[in-house]
Amino acid sequence: MSETYYRPHDLSRFSEMGKERPELWAKFLDYYNAVFADGALTAREKALIALGVAHAVQCPYCIDAYTQASLQNGADREQLTEAVHVACAIRGGASLVHGVQMRNVAEKLGM
Amino acid sequence: MRALPVVSLRSRGHVLAAPAAQMQALARTGVPAFDEVLARHGRPPLEAGGIEVLQVNVGKLCNQTCGHCHVDAGPDRREVMSHDTAELVIELLRRHPAIPTLDITGGAPELNPQFRYLVEQAAALGRRVIDRCNLSVLLLPAQRDLVGFLAARRVEVTASLPSFRPSGTDAQRGDGVFAKSVEALRQLNTAGYGKGGGLVLNLVHNPVGAFLPGDQASLERDYRRELQLRHGIVFDSLYTITNMPISRFLEHLETSANLERYMELLVASFNPRTADGVMCRSYLSVGWDGALYDCDFNQMLELRANHGAPQTLAALLAAGGPAPRRVVTDRHCFGCTAGAGSSCGGAVPG
Repeated sequence: MSETYYRPHDLSRFSEMGKERPELWAKFLDYYNAVFADGALTAREKALIALGVAHAVQCPYCIDAYTQASLQNGADREQLTEAVHVACAIRGGASLVHGVQMRNVAEKLGM
Repeated sequence: MRALPVVSLRSRGHVLAAPAAQMQALARTGVPAFDEVLARHGRPPLEAGGIEVLQVNVGKLCNQTCGHCHVDAGPDRREVMSHDTAELVIELLRRHPAIPTLDITGGAPELNPQFRYLVEQAAALGRRVIDRCNLSVLLLPAQRDLVGFLAARRVEVTASLPSFRPSGTDAQRGDGVFAKSVEALRQLNTAGYGKGGGLVLNLVHNPVGAFLPGDQASLERDYRRELQLRHGIVFDSLYTITNMPISRFLEHLETSANLERYMELLVASFNPRTADGVMCRSYLSVGWDGALYDCDFNQMLELRANHGAPQTLAALLAAGGPAPRRVVTDRHCFGCTAGAGSSCGGAVPG
């Protein structure tokens, strides 16, 4: 099957989301650009956070975009890889910490 | 960026060693002519006015063979400026006090026998002198006194360091270059460079791959913090420079199947505001043999100054000195006008 839901070309069509409600798109863009501007964190640090989040939410568009943004802002592959491991650790840890709930239920019901 | 063979295109007999083949490769990508895009944005062809910087490329000899080098420099290259030509450079500065800066580049310019002559003469004429330094050259046994020589003559050092991380720097410039660069930067700091006391140390970042540089101010913050924290190194300013799609970086683009995408990126990122500040408008570039060009990139493509402008130092001196000239352009020029722009002084003020 050659058709997929995710097509690389669609990333460049992101702005089409402004067609029906341009004022909402403009607000989103203003906020987005403000978030990624240099602040207490540098553009490189923000790009690496975004890359980690992109893996956590498993968005291929974001992974593509923020791999490039991280490289462009001076990060190297070691740092990119560490960012993905941070996402992995938090996702894995989030599953594991819910084990406490499992234990609560098991302890309540068990003998 | 993958590791490239550590010999020049010229020594390998590579087809891209020929400037015409490089320009043909760029034309084959189908991107429009540079002047056509300028016109599309209502801009006239680029013109150079007064010369702020006389940039002298003293030759292609270098102790490194970096994967992105637009000069195709290396230890195997033998083109070096003669003393007679160096004298013409100084004569031009002597006759034209309105040229405030001599910017010396290569190769590793310090390896040229005329380097110290040029520095001493230009400094004696009261000119600002810039040394475009690859850092590792400062560690060569024969150059042990170089830092002291530069400091004594207040030469500005503009040093290449594509990344504050070892892997990126080594991938582009060769194994072990990051460690050598750090050692050389420590020597410069010890001599007083980069500490705000008048000995200027600027660093140059260029992308380690087929993408544009990030925001210059933001990268400067990262460089400052990381180099200070991890290596105790300080510097004055960071310049971001876009990789030019010629010579060995062009080879990388071709072999990694990135050429068309990169050229499209440069053209799509064309920023008309940068056209006012690109370096060719205020630079004059001199080759190791005394030929004149609008910039160092044109020099490597053997695109001499034209449109009636003198084409050699001797002709320029005979003509009575620099006059306004139209700049020679080709598709590589998109490298200087993409995004925030790119020049030997970093991003172009917009």
